[in-house]
Amino acid sequence: MDGQSKPTLKLMIVDDSNIIRRRIERSQQIARLEVVGAASNGREAVELFRRTRPDVVTMDLTMPEMDGVECVQELVAINSNVLILVVSALADKATAVDAIEKGANGFLCKPFTDRQLNDALEELLSEA
Amino acid sequence: MLKEEEIRTFIDGATNYFEISAQQTATVGSPYLVTDGNPGAYEYTGVIGISGSRKGIVYFSAPRGMLTVLLMRMQETDTSDENIKDLVGEVANTISGNARRDFGKNFVISVPTVIAHDLQKVMAPHSRSYVIPINWRTHSAKLVVCLE
Repeated sequence: MDGQSKPTLKLMIVDDSNIIRRRIERSQQIARLEVVGAASNGREAVELFRRTRPDVVTMDLTMPEMDGVECVQELVAINSNVLILVVSALADKATAVDAIEKGANGFLCKPFTDRQLNDALEELLSEA
Repeated sequence: MLKEEEIRTFIDGATNYFEISAQQTATVGSPYLVTDGNPGAYEYTGVIGISGSRKGIVYFSAPRGMLTVLLMRMQETDTSDENIKDLVGEVANTISGNARRDFGKNFVISVPTVIAHDLQKVMAPHSRSYVIPINWRTHSAKLVVCLE
């Protein structure tokens, strides 16, 4: 240990698509991020969040049970320090602004490249 | 009835999806209007319900071969039927969601419904639909836009 290295942060992935959940897990190359779980809807995400206490969350918006914006609000109410990157196909500016106002910290539009994902996560972590 | 620039929104969404997700260009054939309520489908179809400022559906339909190769291009090794269905829904969701860049927030999209192995179940809610043919590698698919 050099005393300078940053602590590992726990990452939770939320998306109703299994292939997107797997893609984010596979493609994220940030050494200090450790995936602690994945959820396929907002309700499942809130339960997993309480159990695993992640520091960082990637959040889809259009999901069954509980949508992403509602879920962002719930997660922020549990831990206001959580960093949330919304990863959604909803490309209008109003949706991004709404998600940020509800407590998200960044927005990445689908479809995305591995590079775009990692850049967005790096930017998010610069706030940590 | 769709305007020409509105059809362009969906064409751009489809080409952008392949360009970014598969990192390969897809070509789009000339869109055409179907008026008999039967725009047709391939083996797998992801359907998005549209409500709010517009009403109807958008669906992306493709054969298994195309979807399998697309999954592989995305570095996904699991090409099970479940993942193929997941992918066709995600493509439909992404193209429809991206359309909000032009249509705005009131173009409300549903979560995807996937129809597989049953072409008869794929139905348009109105008689008039625009079909956008998509060609990628050796495969053909279609994006169908059926809005009031």
